Amino acid sequence: MEQQEQFDAVLAADERIEPRDWMPEKYRATLIRQIAQHAHSEIIGMQPEGAWLTKAPSLRRKAILLAKVQDEAGHGMYLYSAAETLGVDRSDLLDRLHTGAQKYSTIFNYPTLEWADVGVIGWLVDGAAIVNQVPLCRCSYGPYARAMIRICKEESFHQRQGFEMLLALRDGTDGQRAMLQDAVNRWWWPSLMMFGPPDGASANSSASMAWKIKRHSNDDLRQRFVDMTVPQADVLGVRLPDNDLRWNAERNSHDFGEIDWEEFARVVKGDGPCNTERIERRTAAHTEGEWVREAATAYARKQAAKVGAA
Amino acid sequence: MIGSSRADEPGTSEEGSATLSTSPVAAYALALGDDALILGQRLIEWVTHAPELEEEVALANISLDLLGQARTLLTYAGSFDGRDEDALAYRRAPEQFRCVHLVERPNGDFGATVARQLLFSAYQFELYDALTASADPTLAGLAGKAVKEVAYHRDHASLWTLRLGDGTKVSRGRMQDGLAAMWPYADELFAPDPATAGLVGLGAAVDPAALRPAWTRYVESVLAEATLTVPQMTPAPGGGRSGIHTPEFGALLEEMTSLHLEHPGAQW
Amino acid sequence: MSEWPLWEVFVRPRRGLGHAHVGSLHAPDAEMALRNARDLYTRRQEGVSIWVVPAGSITASSPEEKDSFFDPAGDKVYRHPTFYTLPPEVDHL
Repeated sequence: MEQQEQFDAVLAADERIEPRDWMPEKYRATLIRQIAQHAHSEIIGMQPEGAWLTKAPSLRRKAILLAKVQDEAGHGMYLYSAAETLGVDRSDLLDRLHTGAQKYSTIFNYPTLEWADVGVIGWLVDGAAIVNQVPLCRCSYGPYARAMIRICKEESFHQRQGFEMLLALRDGTDGQRAMLQDAVNRWWWPSLMMFGPPDGASANSSASMAWKIKRHSNDDLRQRFVDMTVPQADVLGVRLPDNDLRWNAERNSHDFGEIDWEEFARVVKGDGPCNTERIERRTAAHTEGEWVREAATAYARKQAAKVGAA
Repeated sequence: MIGSSRADEPGTSEEGSATLSTSPVAAYALALGDDALILGQRLIEWVTHAPELEEEVALANISLDLLGQARTLLTYAGSFDGRDEDALAYRRAPEQFRCVHLVERPNGDFGATVARQLLFSAYQFELYDALTASADPTLAGLAGKAVKEVAYHRDHASLWTLRLGDGTKVSRGRMQDGLAAMWPYADELFAPDPATAGLVGLGAAVDPAALRPAWTRYVESVLAEATLTVPQMTPAPGGGRSGIHTPEFGALLEEMTSLHLEHPGAQW
Repeated sequence: MSEWPLWEVFVRPRRGLGHAHVGSLHAPDAEMALRNARDLYTRRQEGVSIWVVPAGSITASSPEEKDSFFDPAGDKVYRHPTFYTLPPEVDHL
């Protein structure tokens, strides 16, 4: 058990596990699953906002949104890169995304019906992601932690640009304010679901906590997000769609209503409004790109042969 | 009659004098800005559909560069009559756009997109390179910054032309087809624009015809290395600089402007 | 067979600093790998120079050899300047 002891000692000292270190197979499998799901979420997450790129209502917003969606591709790639240090291939992970064997965040199975959705995603969805992700910068697996540090730096641009976009809607026409409130109504509950099932029902949580992959429970992070977001909603002059949402002085936190976990389960299982559409688009890009990737591989082989022959 | 010059506003009337009249410069900036804007918009259509993740990032970078050039040029064009970049991008009728037809062409497959990028970036590189010496300091400044960006676009398109042309049998066929789809629209890049011809003599604008020899040398050398054939095709009629556009342009513009137009007077 | 190989990417953040490992990417060949690295890892001016290396070309020390590789340096305290006690007049040495 010398290897296990060394692994435990590294964790106990709050140091990082690095790619070639011995690690328990379950630790490796948990990381691969989590990092891949995270990477898939970034790649699929490009779609709901990307849908508004061609229609962005000003050139400034168009440029900002394009830079943001591009970052999401980048974040997906940083994460696949971290996953590959665990001995898996990106192409296999993508195959598992395409076949549904691996999941991505359920939040991206909701449609972006209006321009305001883009800003609300930046505010709520990226806000929730940041709450989830900041502790991951101290995750016990080095490459994942390093990828997360880079991602978190870039994410704060995402959240700020989203909020700034919403301020313009707040100060805008009645129509703009209406679309803002409507988007908040539709994205609030799915954002709360992003923290995953309640602690009692979360299958993977306790082992991940022991391994220092995860540092806080789902419910703790969800509470942190609610407490952060309520005052921000006041700044935006929007109502969060929850009649049970109120300050609890005893707990020094906000109470909030019951999350519809049945809806969550339905969307996870593939029955959300956009599951099929998201995977179809992603798979089509991959399939239609096959001849391009093959061409580049063939060209590289020819060039290598030329160098070899010379 | 130029899209940007409105006779009912002061300071924008056209005159035949040899001075640097404001409106031809505005028209010139507008034409170059429209090229960048519309090609940037076309490239955006690739987002979440690129052949590989690395290419998502690359195409978005090119599009962002073009969008940046468009914003500088439209802002400059609008400064002559008090319109901002969004007034020009979103609130003009199709016939008031001055872009060439090449940038309007639908993306097609990746081969067609690479072909369009090669032809256009090779032109834009020569254009901006020459424009760094413009007598108009704003245009010279924009060109100095943009020529570095475009050098990278041209390089990117060239590397892909080589890989598709000299890759597999399938890719060679698709690249050659893509080239054929775009080639007839190359001629218009070098056609004289009567609205801005006067600026050439003043050293503010570049004579497009003068860019052609260097463009031809560059493009033909890439195609030769890529084992592709230089198409022999009748040029398309052109007319973009006079406000005549291809049928596909209307749909592009409608998609680009519909949300903006739904909310008159709104700030974003 | 169309999957592109993995490349490790090293970026020099600015002049005067060495290249540091920043991550990896996929590319069909070195030329494309360099450009993909530029697009992916220097979008925010993070670098002035880039190296790309085929991931398979890196020879790494193994964690199993960690003890024999790195522990023997532990007792060579005389390699460090603080090992030596000098009179105060020359202690700035």
